[in-house]
Amino acid sequence: MPIPTPFHERTQALCSSYRWKDWAGYCAVSSFDSTHEREYFAFRESAGLLDVTPLFKYEVTGPDAAALLARMMVRDVSKLKVGRVAYSCWCDDDGKVIDDGTVSRLGESHFRVTAADPTFHWLQALSRGFDVEIEDSSTRLAALALQGPTARAILQDAVGSSQTGSQIDALKFFGVTRTEIKGIPVWISRTGYTGDLGYEVWSERGEALAVWDALMAAGGPHGIEPVGLDALDVARIEAGFILLGVDYYSSHKVVLEARKSTPHELGFGWMVDLERGNFIGRDAIAAEIKRGSTWQLVGLEVSWRELEALYESFNLPPSLPVTASRSGLPIYSGSEEGRQVGQATSHTWSPILKKYLAIASVRRGFEAKGAKLQIEHTVEYERRKVTATVAPLPFYDPERKRKP
Amino acid sequence: MTSKRYDAIVVGAGHNGLVCAAYLAKAGRKVLVLERRHQVGGATTSEEIYPGFIFSCCSYVVSLMRPWIIRDLELPRHGYEILPLEATVTPFPDGRYLMRDSDPERTRRSIAAFSPRDAEVYKRFGQEMGELGRLIKPLIDEPAPDPLSRDPRELLRLAKLGKHLRGQGDEWLFSNVKIMTMSAVDFLSEWFECEQLIAPMAVSGIIGTFLGIRSPGTAYVLLHHYMGEIDGSFRAWGLPKGGTGAIANAIASSAKALGVEIRTDAPVAQLLREDGDVTGVVLENGDEIQAKAVISGLDPHRTFLKLAGEENLDPELVQQIKRFKMRGSSGKVNLALDALPELACLPGYGPHMQGGITIAPSIDYLERAYDDAKYGAFSRKPFMDVLIPSMTDPTVAPPGKHTMSIFVQYAPYHLKEGAADWPNQREAFGDAVIDTLSEYMPNLKSLILHRQVLTPWDLEQVYGLTEGNIFHGELSLEQLAFQRPLSGWSRYQTPVRNLWMCASGTHPGGGIMGVPGALCAQTMLGKRAV
Repeated sequence: MPIPTPFHERTQALCSSYRWKDWAGYCAVSSFDSTHEREYFAFRESAGLLDVTPLFKYEVTGPDAAALLARMMVRDVSKLKVGRVAYSCWCDDDGKVIDDGTVSRLGESHFRVTAADPTFHWLQALSRGFDVEIEDSSTRLAALALQGPTARAILQDAVGSSQTGSQIDALKFFGVTRTEIKGIPVWISRTGYTGDLGYEVWSERGEALAVWDALMAAGGPHGIEPVGLDALDVARIEAGFILLGVDYYSSHKVVLEARKSTPHELGFGWMVDLERGNFIGRDAIAAEIKRGSTWQLVGLEVSWRELEALYESFNLPPSLPVTASRSGLPIYSGSEEGRQVGQATSHTWSPILKKYLAIASVRRGFEAKGAKLQIEHTVEYERRKVTATVAPLPFYDPERKRKP
Repeated sequence: MTSKRYDAIVVGAGHNGLVCAAYLAKAGRKVLVLERRHQVGGATTSEEIYPGFIFSCCSYVVSLMRPWIIRDLELPRHGYEILPLEATVTPFPDGRYLMRDSDPERTRRSIAAFSPRDAEVYKRFGQEMGELGRLIKPLIDEPAPDPLSRDPRELLRLAKLGKHLRGQGDEWLFSNVKIMTMSAVDFLSEWFECEQLIAPMAVSGIIGTFLGIRSPGTAYVLLHHYMGEIDGSFRAWGLPKGGTGAIANAIASSAKALGVEIRTDAPVAQLLREDGDVTGVVLENGDEIQAKAVISGLDPHRTFLKLAGEENLDPELVQQIKRFKMRGSSGKVNLALDALPELACLPGYGPHMQGGITIAPSIDYLERAYDDAKYGAFSRKPFMDVLIPSMTDPTVAPPGKHTMSIFVQYAPYHLKEGAADWPNQREAFGDAVIDTLSEYMPNLKSLILHRQVLTPWDLEQVYGLTEGNIFHGELSLEQLAFQRPLSGWSRYQTPVRNLWMCASGTHPGGGIMGVPGALCAQTMLGKRAV
């Protein structure tokens, strides 16, 4: 049975819909209101406050911390400067992805790793021979995501500014800083899962409620709204972020070899640096680059005209699931025979782009931008196909996300 | 004087003019848009009328902007964003309120407090209206059918449409006849028993018309609203981010990316003509610009009587166009507020402040508001549609402060003292609005930092809307489809060769919809007129 997060006292008082779900063993709000629409628009137009405590968190400290993480991650995180964050995935020795997350360099020899799945055992297994200490800080630390165009103004008000200027203004995209909110020490990183301007605020669990209250108070004039996971799911698809257990599966968990994915197959190829020293999965990845990947992650835009016509042929108005859907859908080639060439793993109506979007994995040769594929769509229990065009990810990428 | 020759010149950079220009440019045509004012948008405008506060001065919500236009012109890429309007709250003088929102169960409970029966019927009504709207939707996405045509293609279209409608069965025909002829109140009373529900629903039938909720023909206008709601789950209905001007800017940006040239502060003085045919325009500064076609984004009165010139037209036609009813009936009051006002019946902050607040407490209240207008006065106790856009889009006001948009009906253009008396009555009208609203929001007056009052006279003077009609001519049945603006001239063409019309005075009519502009462009391209 899931347990409450340190913010539960506040979130449960606001969650008038009683819509909760289990996230990594915690009770997490799906949507505070009966639908997530208002919350979604808070992410995009003002600011949404989301409890992300259920993320797994690890502190890696000691003289060899950088070396250990450089060995574990496909990205060379040893180059990371203090106060910077890197997004990376990590693989097993066969070059198959285990998980993805962020690595923050909080000090010369202090790193924090976030993960979707429990990762302590893996860090520990790899640490043999390295002079490091590993702490599972998952329960010790509470975390909030504050995402949206007014997030910066809210934090500026919450943190205040010193003579040297605002610490929040100085915080660049993928930067992290130690500061205080109402006298409470916090880490603030300019990171998130919405593809928008946004921050994540990390504090000790005992001080979680005070941080929540301070942010809600500072956010009042800036349109802050508590937000649940349903809104996040729409935003993250628009941002082209994939989710472990939905868009791909951990190589530590699956049975079928074919279900495993490589970094290049998931669009993580840009993280890989083969020139540096060895890291776990390096040789397998090098071989894959020579051979070519089997799969490719793509974005798809479903033809609304065809969808409308399809519903019209049933004498119905077009309709889509209210929330983002994780039910897999077969993808077919656009040609006559229309054989299955992949699967859509997440799909949603994008309220801001006015498009029906999907994240899909397709076989090599079908990933070219603009390629016309077919996606399955069921109307009145009948399975039909609708054209879906390959589009670059992210679908939605506002300038403010990385703007200084 | 410029020697450049354009395929088309669009006069007026309202949203339809811009859509039309964008579609022509998309088909490879060289297009110039000329705008009299300093900015694009026409009545689709956002203006900073008080420092730090941005207002959608005229039009304030989007309901029918067609999704296919949004996609064709890639408007989201150019900054087009629509935010949801959460709820509609109707406060009553006795302190009770009715709230309708996206949660069907909550809505049912709210109505049930007044009538358990109506609470159950409400959902079915919505379904049936949605169905009716869906069936006639093809009519608004295509040029108006022409019942007099002998063109076989046109006859085929009519036959197809007839078959489409006949296929729906007799019941549908009956409800259709009803909705085309009845008053909003009578039509709603066939479904509902409680006045607290009928009154706020009926106002959809009178917006922008000089009719009362008991006037025949107003039921049909209700349907227009349900058409917006069909696409509702896909958010056609809502609040434009940055105000409605942001929509105009998005369309303008898309048009420019397609190669359209837009000039502001460029008022057109008259048309250039050669043997009666239009060959371009003359600007007020004397510049002459040549084009194969000129497209008017102005209302029918201005297009025919001013741009084309009464003296160049068949006197019969002039008579007909003068009979085309403009008669604006509404005004706007825009407020800059120091803080969020309190709704007496539902104090505090909440989703109810993120939607519409409808002041329409009873049927008689609304009919009395119309009575004032019939005899040439603004309503002492008007119908009001109130929004606080800054609640959903905080960027339009400084942090913690708010913008309030109040749509007010009735404010008849023709006062009994004459339309030109509006400047003398403007503030009294504003006072009547604030006084009435204060009955429901007691602390409103103490929060007002700035007040802008727009009467129909102002809408005409500033935005060029003849008689202040927000739809370029009433959306009454006899002025729709193949009769908009005139029988025989409903296909965007005018009797003047090379002069076309693309705005709300043509089929399918007003509101931020973009269809007249798009269909005008498609018709012109189809006829190789440009």
